[in-house]
Amino acid sequence: MKIAVCLKQILDPEVPARDFKVDAAKREAEQGGANLVTNIFCENALETALQIRDAAGSGEIVALSVGPAGAEDVLRKALALRADQAVLVVNDADTNPDPLFVAKTLAAAIKKIGGVDVVMVGREAGDWGAGQTGGLLAEELAIPCISFAEGFEPGATPGTIKVKRQTDAGFEVIEAPTPLVLTITNHDKNVPRIPKTRDVMQSYRKPLEKWTLSDLGVDGSTSHAYSQVAELFIPKKETKCEFIEGDTVEAKIDALAKRIGDILRAM
Amino acid sequence: MSEVVCTLWGRAGLDRAAQGVLGAGRRLADSTGAALRAIIVGTADDALASGAQAVADRVVVATGPGLEDYNPESYLAALSDLCKAASATVVLLGNDTYAQEIAARLAHRLGGSAAGDAVAVHAEGGKVRVTRGVYGGKATAVIELEKSPAVVWVRARAIEPADAAGRGAGEVERVTPELPATGVKVLERQEESKGGARLEDAQVIVSGGRGLGGPEPFTELQKLADVMHAQMAASRAACDAGWVPASWQVGQTGKKVAPQLYLAIAISGASQHIMGIADSKVICAINRDADAPIFKHCTFGLVEDYQKVIGPLTERLRSAK
Repeated sequence: MKIAVCLKQILDPEVPARDFKVDAAKREAEQGGANLVTNIFCENALETALQIRDAAGSGEIVALSVGPAGAEDVLRKALALRADQAVLVVNDADTNPDPLFVAKTLAAAIKKIGGVDVVMVGREAGDWGAGQTGGLLAEELAIPCISFAEGFEPGATPGTIKVKRQTDAGFEVIEAPTPLVLTITNHDKNVPRIPKTRDVMQSYRKPLEKWTLSDLGVDGSTSHAYSQVAELFIPKKETKCEFIEGDTVEAKIDALAKRIGDILRAM
Repeated sequence: MSEVVCTLWGRAGLDRAAQGVLGAGRRLADSTGAALRAIIVGTADDALASGAQAVADRVVVATGPGLEDYNPESYLAALSDLCKAASATVVLLGNDTYAQEIAARLAHRLGGSAAGDAVAVHAEGGKVRVTRGVYGGKATAVIELEKSPAVVWVRARAIEPADAAGRGAGEVERVTPELPATGVKVLERQEESKGGARLEDAQVIVSGGRGLGGPEPFTELQKLADVMHAQMAASRAACDAGWVPASWQVGQTGKKVAPQLYLAIAISGASQHIMGIADSKVICAINRDADAPIFKHCTFGLVEDYQKVIGPLTERLRSAK
C-alpha cells in the first residue's frame, strides 16, 4: 500500500487574537513573531498513515507539500516521523494560490510519484480553511473522495478499503475502491506523535525531492483563475461581558441562576 | 434566464438549515433578477416540498435507487446533471458534512468555483463574492469566485429564512436521474443519540472544555443540561481527549451552532471554538480565569471554579421551575 500524505505549512493558528494582524493591501496575515507550522489536520493525516503502516507491517508513505522553499520544514518533520519519501513542489511566486491551483499541482505531483493507492489530506487548513483541496484533487485525478475520515482498514475484496468517517449525526463506514482521496479529521486516536530526537537529526540526512511547477507542467500564472481574496480584515466585535458579582460564591450562583432562568422562561 | 439553485436533502426535511439555504437563495435571486430553483435529492415530505414551493419558482425532486440515502458518488453525479440542466449561475448548499464533502467536486464538474462556510453571498460586477471567517475566525475574508457557476455552502442556520408571503406556489417536477455505477458503498450508518434534537438545531446548549480535566465532570454537566432542557456539546480539546464523542465537538471544524443560550463551562474560548458559536444569541461562560478569551464573546459570565458552581446552579434552576 502506497499512501501519499499532503502537508500544508501555515501560520501558527495558536497565535492569540491580540497579536494577530493582517496586511489589508496584500490581503494576507502578517507573520510577525509567529512560527510557521504544519497544519494540524495534515498532522492528523500523517499520524493516521503511520498507524496504518505500523498495523500492516509494510507500506510506503510519501509526504508531499506545495509551498515556498521554507515548507521544507514540514517535510523534514514528516521524515523525522519516518515517512519513507518526501517531495516538495516549490512555489515561491504565490503565497496563497487558490484551491484549484493547489489541487492541480498536487495531482500532477501524485501522477509523477506514481502507484499511489490512497491520498490523504487534512480536512481543511487552519489558515484559510477553504476545505476544498481533497475534493478538487479527487476530481483532477478522476477518483472518489471520502471526507472527514478517521482512518481505514483493508476492505472485504482486494483493491478496496473500509473507511470510517465522521458525520454530523455520528459516523459511517464506507467501502471504496482504491485509488481514492481521503480528507482526514481529528479524533482521539490520531493525535500526532512526537518524533524522537535521533530521528529528527537523521531527517536532515534523508533525501528530499524538490520539483518546480514547470517540472510538473503546471502554469504558475493560473494561481487565481478559480478564486481570489478580494478583502481581508479583522472584524470589529464589541461584546461587553457583564461579570456576575456577589459577596459570596452562593450569591453569585443565585444571580447567575436568575439570569439563566430568565432566558429559559422567555423562550 | 439565469438561475440560482438551492440544493436540499429530502432526508433532512424542512429544517432550519433548509430554510436558511432557501432564504439565501431567494434574496440572491431577487437581487440579480434570476429565477430560483430548489433541487431536492431524495424523497421530500410534504413540509419540505411545500416549503420549497412557497419560496422557489421551480422545485425539482430527484428520487430513485441510489438517492434515498446519501452516497457521495451518486449524489454528486445526480446534482451535477441537475445543475447543468438548470443552467445555474449560483448553486447554494447547507454546511452539513455531506454538502461540504461534495460542493467543491460539484463546482469542478460544472466548470465553476466553490467557497464555503459563507456568512454572506452577494453578486458584484458579474461575479459572486462570499464572506467567510478565516484564520480560525480571527479575520474575515471576502472571496471572489472567478468561474461560473459559483458553488457556495452557507452557514445555513445563521441565515434568515425567506419571507414567503405573497409568492405563488412554484412548479414541482419529479425526476429519476440515471446514475453511473460506483464502487463506493455505505456499509454502516450510526447516529449517536444525544437524547433529542440535533445539536445544530438546539435552542439551549451546555458545553464543556479542557478545564473540566476528564470525562467525569460531564456527568454533572449532563444533569445541569437536563434541567435546562439543553443539548450537550464540547470543545475540540475535550473531544480529542476522548472524554466525549467527536459528534459533540463545536467549533470551526465541529458543529456550527446557533442557540438562544450557549453556556460554556471551563472553555477558554480559542478562536476556532468561537467560530462555531458566534451565531449564538447569548453566550455565557463559567471560567475561573477572568482573562479567558471566551469572556470577550459573552453577554454575561461568572469568574469562578466550575466545581463550586455546577451542582448548586443545577439545584437552583430545578427548584425555580
